[in-house]
Amino acid sequence: MEATWKKHLRKETLPLPFCPGCGHGILLGAILRAIDASGIDIKDMLFVSGIGCAGWIPSPHIKADTMHVTHGRPIAFATGAKLFNPRLKVMVVSGDGDLASIGGNHLIHAARRDIDMVVVCANNEIYGMTGGQVSPTTGLGVKTTTTLAGNVEPPLDLCRLVEAAGASYVARSTVFHLEHLIGILKKALGHKGFSFIDALSPCPVQYGRRNLYASPAEQLKDLEKRCVPLEKARSMTQEVLKGRIVIGEFVCRGEH
Amino acid sequence: MARTFTEGSKAVAETVKLCRPNVIAAYPITPQTHISEELAQMVANGELKAEYVTVESEFAAASVVLGASATGARSYTATSSQGLLLMTEVLFNISGMRLPVVMTCANRAISSPINIWNDQQDSISVRDAGWVQLYAEDIQEASDLHLQAFRIAEHPEVLLPVMVCMDGFILTHAYEPVDLIEQKEADAFLPPYQPQYYLTPKNPITFGAMMGPESYMEARCQLDRALCGSTRIVEEVAKEFKKRFGRFQGALVDTYCIEGAEIVLVAMGSVISTIKEAIDLLRKEGVKVGLLKVRCFRPFPREAIKEALVGAREVLAIDRAFSPGSGGVLATEIRASLQDVKKAPEIKGHIAGLGGREISVETIINIVKDRKSVGIEDRFVDLKEALLK
Ligand SMILES: Cc1ncc(C[n+]2csc(CCOP(=O)(O)OP(=O)(O)O)c2C)c(N)n1
Ligand code: SF4
Ligand SMILES: [Mg+2]
Repeated sequence: MEATWKKHLRKETLPLPFCPGCGHGILLGAILRAIDASGIDIKDMLFVSGIGCAGWIPSPHIKADTMHVTHGRPIAFATGAKLFNPRLKVMVVSGDGDLASIGGNHLIHAARRDIDMVVVCANNEIYGMTGGQVSPTTGLGVKTTTTLAGNVEPPLDLCRLVEAAGASYVARSTVFHLEHLIGILKKALGHKGFSFIDALSPCPVQYGRRNLYASPAEQLKDLEKRCVPLEKARSMTQEVLKGRIVIGEFVCRGEH
Repeated sequence: MARTFTEGSKAVAETVKLCRPNVIAAYPITPQTHISEELAQMVANGELKAEYVTVESEFAAASVVLGASATGARSYTATSSQGLLLMTEVLFNISGMRLPVVMTCANRAISSPINIWNDQQDSISVRDAGWVQLYAEDIQEASDLHLQAFRIAEHPEVLLPVMVCMDGFILTHAYEPVDLIEQKEADAFLPPYQPQYYLTPKNPITFGAMMGPESYMEARCQLDRALCGSTRIVEEVAKEFKKRFGRFQGALVDTYCIEGAEIVLVAMGSVISTIKEAIDLLRKEGVKVGLLKVRCFRPFPREAIKEALVGAREVLAIDRAFSPGSGGVLATEIRASLQDVKKAPEIKGHIAGLGGREISVETIINIVKDRKSVGIEDRFVDLKEALLK
């Protein structure tokens, strides 16, 4: 029997365009499972995505309203749609480059307004689509096509950023921690206010190859190793946490 | 000079390196990426002593090179399509402040619909930004143009930014044999930039100040005069380049088989090579057809165009971009240039090759053979009627 969440896919758009081993396909599955489990009618939803491999997670694959907009602007487009039709359940799915560099200001201001929408950052710590250039979430020392000697600029912690800006639901997970990821996506869908999910989703082709991961599976395993649950991280020093990824729920305020 | 077989983007990056830029800022976008990645690599391995900034958007890239140029740095950026449009506000600032920034535009279509393939809608859409715009026919010309671009931009009578336009993929990703200039020769052709006005605490000045109704118009007029006047410098620099390096692919314009031609095709960019092939075939059949290549689109070389087209019976303009609601931009400007010519040729506009649709030798031959009188309505070439229903 076909899994019930698969009915939300536009069959004629399959197979997905992602490279073998890409995390973005897993993330799409997680989003659809969360929607299915939350009982939301997908017809009430609007998915907005920007430009990048991540932009293809909802568009054109999800059988609902999807809007594929210019690089960096999906949150602004989504704001317009939500304001005119507040009953729409709006979800933005886009990449770290799209949401955090070129579109960083929209992210900050949407969080500040605490506007009711879910923003999922498919964070592969690189610009995947354009050939693997450094992004604002690329870790120190990581090799990309624009940081051949290793990245020297510190990465941005997007969860801390939107928390400071005023988001009322903030969480991080990875495509490795699938159950956890589905759980926070479900919670975000039920939350009224600005929900932000930093979903780590490895890019084996542009990131993995250059940083010597033997296979997509190795890269996933390493992602797991880098992660520390928030509860555990609380008792760890900043020094020990350097280069690690803290996963969990950082902010959960107000209505659910 | 060394001949190598190389990718268009690499040839351009090698030439930009020869220009010894002090500051480079770029944001990745297809099909520009290979140029900026090559330059990043050169900076990383110490071959090129420049500051390379991996900025957060094209808006930032243009702003960074503006700031750098205002302090007297030779500054360079590269982009395409959406990236160029995002830069638009800053493009006007760069020219308004008379800063000699050089940029490569790897020409690509504009969304929506999303399309990463080639046409020239991006650079054509910013034609009013006050930049010199030069269009390359092949990889050799694309790389040579960068050395010329800095010379033109930094000329004391010009002091304006220059955009080198090269067709995305067709030139950026293709491989051709290219003659690369030696650093010593490049240095002799392009000495270090000697800014006349720049930001320094020793002599504080203001860039970008407010000018009201009493003086704004004069500042704009000066910009126009400098841009129009740059035609002379574009020609001078192309001639000097020829003298030093033996290569000349036109200055403001170039022509091919135009002697005695009754029909003249006019175009810009990589389609020029295709047109030349088509002309060779047509000439064999006895069709009196020639070519006018527009190499410098801004400033628009009205006089040179007039001179080349007087005597022709028909002019067939090929635009790889258009102004919706008006038509082909090149066609329109050619019409305007010839309006005071007695017995002016009939000008037929053709919009072709949008979003990567191929313009083949056959396309050109068909354009020449099925010339219809369409008035001033420009014709979309090779439309798929079934998709229009
Ligand atoms: C204004 C503009 N600049 C640049 C680009 C080119 N571009 C397309 S996708 C992308 C980066 C994508 O990175 P990210 O958002 O992290 O998505 P990923 O591909 O990694 O999933 C860039 C720079 C563009 N489309 N528009
Ligand atoms: S380039 Fe990277 S992010 Fe894009 S589809 Fe391939 S693996 Fe995924
Ligand atoms: Mg990314």
